[in-house]
Amino acid sequence: MMFIDPHIHLSARTTYDYMVMRESGIVAVIEPAFWLGQPRTSVNTFQDYFNSLVGWERFRAGQFGIRHYCTIGLNPKEANNEALAEDVMELLPLYVCKEGVVAIGEIGYDDMTQTEDKYFCQQLELAKELDMLVLVHTPHRNKKAGTSRSMDRCVEQGLDPSQVIIDHNNEETVEEVLSRGFWAAFTIYPHTKMGNARMVEVVRQYGCNRIIVDSSADWGLSDPLSVPKTAQLMLKRGIPEAHVQAVCYENALAAYSQSGQMQEQDWTNPPAIDQRQMFNGNTILRGQKPTVESGRESLLIE
Amino acid sequence: MSSLIVDLTSATDILHYWLSQQIAPESLTWLDEKRRQISEGAPERVFFTAFSAVPRYTGKKDLELTYQDWQAVEVIRSGWSPAYWSVDQAARTLLVLSLPQEDAEKYLRTLERVFGAADVGELVALYQALPLLPYPEQHRSRAAEGVRSNMTAVFNAVALRNPYPAEYFDNNAWNQMVLKALFVGSPLHPIQGIDRRANPELAQMLIDYAHERWAAQRSVSPELWRPVGQFCDAATLKDLERVFANPEPVQKEAAALACSQSPLPEAQALLACHPDLQASIQAGNLTWESFSQSA
Repeated sequence: MMFIDPHIHLSARTTYDYMVMRESGIVAVIEPAFWLGQPRTSVNTFQDYFNSLVGWERFRAGQFGIRHYCTIGLNPKEANNEALAEDVMELLPLYVCKEGVVAIGEIGYDDMTQTEDKYFCQQLELAKELDMLVLVHTPHRNKKAGTSRSMDRCVEQGLDPSQVIIDHNNEETVEEVLSRGFWAAFTIYPHTKMGNARMVEVVRQYGCNRIIVDSSADWGLSDPLSVPKTAQLMLKRGIPEAHVQAVCYENALAAYSQSGQMQEQDWTNPPAIDQRQMFNGNTILRGQKPTVESGRESLLIE
Repeated sequence: MSSLIVDLTSATDILHYWLSQQIAPESLTWLDEKRRQISEGAPERVFFTAFSAVPRYTGKKDLELTYQDWQAVEVIRSGWSPAYWSVDQAARTLLVLSLPQEDAEKYLRTLERVFGAADVGELVALYQALPLLPYPEQHRSRAAEGVRSNMTAVFNAVALRNPYPAEYFDNNAWNQMVLKALFVGSPLHPIQGIDRRANPELAQMLIDYAHERWAAQRSVSPELWRPVGQFCDAATLKDLERVFANPEPVQKEAAALACSQSPLPEAQALLACHPDLQASIQAGNLTWESFSQSA
């Protein structure tokens, strides 16, 4: 089975993760722009970060036969530094139209301050103007109200719910998100977000329409194999294979391919130029032996 | 004012002609409109966003060139190698060539900004366009920066099939580039000027690198000996004996070619120990070019 992890912060992960992700069937990833665990102090570090999302990280993933896409945006935490936020807003138009940028994101609320609201709305406006998708980060605290208000803002700005992915849902938010026509993404992240046994029950109850599973793996205690592990658990616990395929691959593809920047043949049959440049001559995509393996069993380092 | 060593009009014309054959008319219209705006001094943002948006309009197919195209290219700009480009690269290059160039400082600042915010594909297009850009001597440190990239695709865009480094790099930058090509597993034969720019310092760096690889029991690319041959000394000949002893035929061929380039009688004597190889070199059947094609 092929998997997509549509939310993972690979800049924080090692090459070992890429290897085991590919071995577990992950063929494509989306890396949303977020914070780095501590606030940035300069717009230049945002620029370097955006550069790594469209440059180095894209290339690094390609070396392991994984297609890398990203979303670009000013995250809600750092939106609170207004002077910096202004500079970042100036920078965004330089990046949002680049190849492989599938959405504006992840944007939304953290503390639900007025400043967060201001830059959230400005970015929704930018998405509307450029006809782009939006990836919404729902807050850790006050989640239910934050999720509702995020959707209200999207509608107020004239965005079509089918062009917005609401992420980090749980049992308390899913019903409203689905009933209002948005995509509902769930983050399988130990302790703070969803566990995968709970995810199995969500899919059992709500079916597979517009539900997406991701890992949001980052620099915290998280798991880059959340998606394939959750798929395995779902199969083991009697979720139909077609539903597993939908929530762990097809729905992410359907949602983000609306951007025109991500399509299945990017990894099943990539353009010649990408095979030459992005996949570094490796043969993983043609179903042959990968040029690199995790080598978990070996003591030898050569 | 620096000299223009390239006929921009013709490079522009031929790129435009190729695209007119290979992309949809609406895309070409979009591109032409952007080129017009940029050349008339539109705000920088118009250039930046159009430059990024190119693949959305052109797709990413390989540029298809005929034999006549290849010949025309060599006349327009010696060493320019668009035969390995994709259509989006060609379109991006046309946009860069539309930038007003009279104000050198402004032109270079714009170029530096677009490099500074470029994604992988954009970096490849920009570095491959270097041989077509005005103020060529102003791009040395930018090109050296491309050589430092950890993205092989970007490194290759500077180092391979690009006449710029051989024309503008000093020996230090040149030698680092050749050594890095081996280090990242890129071939040496697509490096333009690889024979002409050979020098004793580079030869010593390469020999040291071969020793390191041997110590680690890693393989050594036979192409490593290409810029070494003409600077052989007694110690190098010992190394070449070791290369001859390698069971792989390509290694023996490389050692033979390196010996044949050396003025030392001892090198010729070593080559004479391998009469088959010596004969095919003398007959012109084994050259570095033929070696690269079969490798």
